[in-house]
Amino acid sequence: MAVQNYLEIEKPIITLENKIKEMRKMSDQLDISHEISKLEERINELRKEIFSNLTPWQIVQLARHPERPYSLDYIYLMTENFVELHGDRHFGDDKAIVGGFANLDGRTVMFIGQQKGRDTKSNIYRNFGMPNPEGYRKALRLMKLAEKFNKPVITLVDTPGAFPGIEAEERGQAEAIAKNLYEMSSLQVPIIVAIIGEGASGGALGIGVGDKILMLKYCWYSVISPESCSSILWRSWDFKEQAAESLKLTAKDMLDLKIIDRIVEEPEGGAHRDHEEAAKLLKKALIEELDSVSKIKKDKFLDNRIKKFGEMGFFKD
Amino acid sequence: MAWFKRSKENISTNEPKKDLSDGNWFKCPDCSEMIHKKTIESNFYVCTHCGHHFRIGSEEYFKLLLDENSFKETDKKIRAVDPLDFEDTKPYKKRIEDTINKTDLYDAIRTGTAKINTIDVVIGCMDFAFIGGSMGSVVGEKISRAIDKAIKTKYPLILISSSGGARMMEGAISLMQLAKTSSKLAKLNNEKIPYISILTNPTTGGSTASFSMLGDLNIAEPKALIAFAGPRVVKQATGKDLPPGFQKSEFLLEHGFIDLIVNRKDMKDKLTQILKLLQN
Repeated sequence: MAVQNYLEIEKPIITLENKIKEMRKMSDQLDISHEISKLEERINELRKEIFSNLTPWQIVQLARHPERPYSLDYIYLMTENFVELHGDRHFGDDKAIVGGFANLDGRTVMFIGQQKGRDTKSNIYRNFGMPNPEGYRKALRLMKLAEKFNKPVITLVDTPGAFPGIEAEERGQAEAIAKNLYEMSSLQVPIIVAIIGEGASGGALGIGVGDKILMLKYCWYSVISPESCSSILWRSWDFKEQAAESLKLTAKDMLDLKIIDRIVEEPEGGAHRDHEEAAKLLKKALIEELDSVSKIKKDKFLDNRIKKFGEMGFFKD
Repeated sequence: MAWFKRSKENISTNEPKKDLSDGNWFKCPDCSEMIHKKTIESNFYVCTHCGHHFRIGSEEYFKLLLDENSFKETDKKIRAVDPLDFEDTKPYKKRIEDTINKTDLYDAIRTGTAKINTIDVVIGCMDFAFIGGSMGSVVGEKISRAIDKAIKTKYPLILISSSGGARMMEGAISLMQLAKTSSKLAKLNNEKIPYISILTNPTTGGSTASFSMLGDLNIAEPKALIAFAGPRVVKQATGKDLPPGFQKSEFLLEHGFIDLIVNRKDMKDKLTQILKLLQN
């Protein structure tokens, strides 16, 4: 895949990769296969080195990588017969949340995910993945539909936050999210949640309550974005790196704090480097988790779900 | 001729001059009237001139809502820890300690059982004075236990919100308190026990996006700011002028998210009336 957009941390890797490309062009005239393979080895080492020492802020940037696979990419790569469904039946169809039934490894599953755009035009169309209340209500309608036909739900979380717009407030952004938390905690079918990019606050959690919470390796999940946290607590945008550090927002942190159940591996260099491989890894994890929850009796997994969130928190009694 | 004519009506010399020297005078932030502490206290901390509801804490709210000596506080001493080792301009540990010393509170909510005109209730009231009424693990846990108590006793649950949202210093753990409180409320719902949410100024962010908006009845005090994203954030994000009265109680009532707006002085009677209707 041609890499057009890359981050500062990827630069040394991309530079070497471009060099190999140039060498390949010349290899008609010269035999430099040995040099090429040496360089490839060097790239692998470099990548390992860079990716084993990522700072939280670098992980935030990877989670926002403009070439990262988004919800619809994963759905199309992981499933068959996806039928996208639209609208909340009250106000409209929010393009920042997509959903519909699809076939995952032989079973029908309701997929719901936040959807970002890939360029300016599609980002405006998708509102940069920031849902309005009708998005959360559409998600809830689709979950209820899944419940009615006894199909499990898989949600894919990837949002910089719920949209803080005038109309969003008028139509009850807070109520829409609160209602989803409330309804998802007692939805009568298994729910598997996967954070596939950005998990920003209530906007992410609005489709993020479930029996198992998965998180891809280079994602972040927190109560606020590092930038906003910096501007509120430090009263300046300049402390975002420090805020990212303080907030403990990486997948590893989330696993340590027992907020998620499992980290899903990403291809070498991040999901954006190989969409197919990323989808394969996520699909495998989703099927395993779905199988494990489906084995449990309904009353039990519902009890477990409320207990799971009920136990979250640290305090001195 | 002078360009500006002096308006004679505005200059009053008949009114006796107020003695502001004893340090017990408050300026109403809405109408700028100076009011004496005693006058405010006897008027439920509401401006006698314009009806502005001053922000009050759990102590004051309990006093005006609950039957005398009926409040029995539960889980009083649950305290915040610092799971993330968080430090901004001040370490979170230190911030908690300082706030406890300053406010005489242990965290941003107090909960317990009480009577309202002899009706038994489980009640919780947030304190904005404690790190902006922010919801971290302690607030989540205390609300969660209050809900358990309501399920056990079958008493109606009343939660009074005054909150800037989730507590940033506990990161995603604070965020999870939204799911924790909401899922517990779903359980309360199954037991058909009433939950009344009272929203006071301000109720924003994580609290609004969870328990504060999930009342069987949502009651607001007049002119309270009730929002998901606060007005400053909305203005910054959209670059648009905000409509008049945006995100105030009256605005939310108009848009269908609040059942009724009740003046603080009428709150006890209105709650009694509602609880009795639900009992019969």
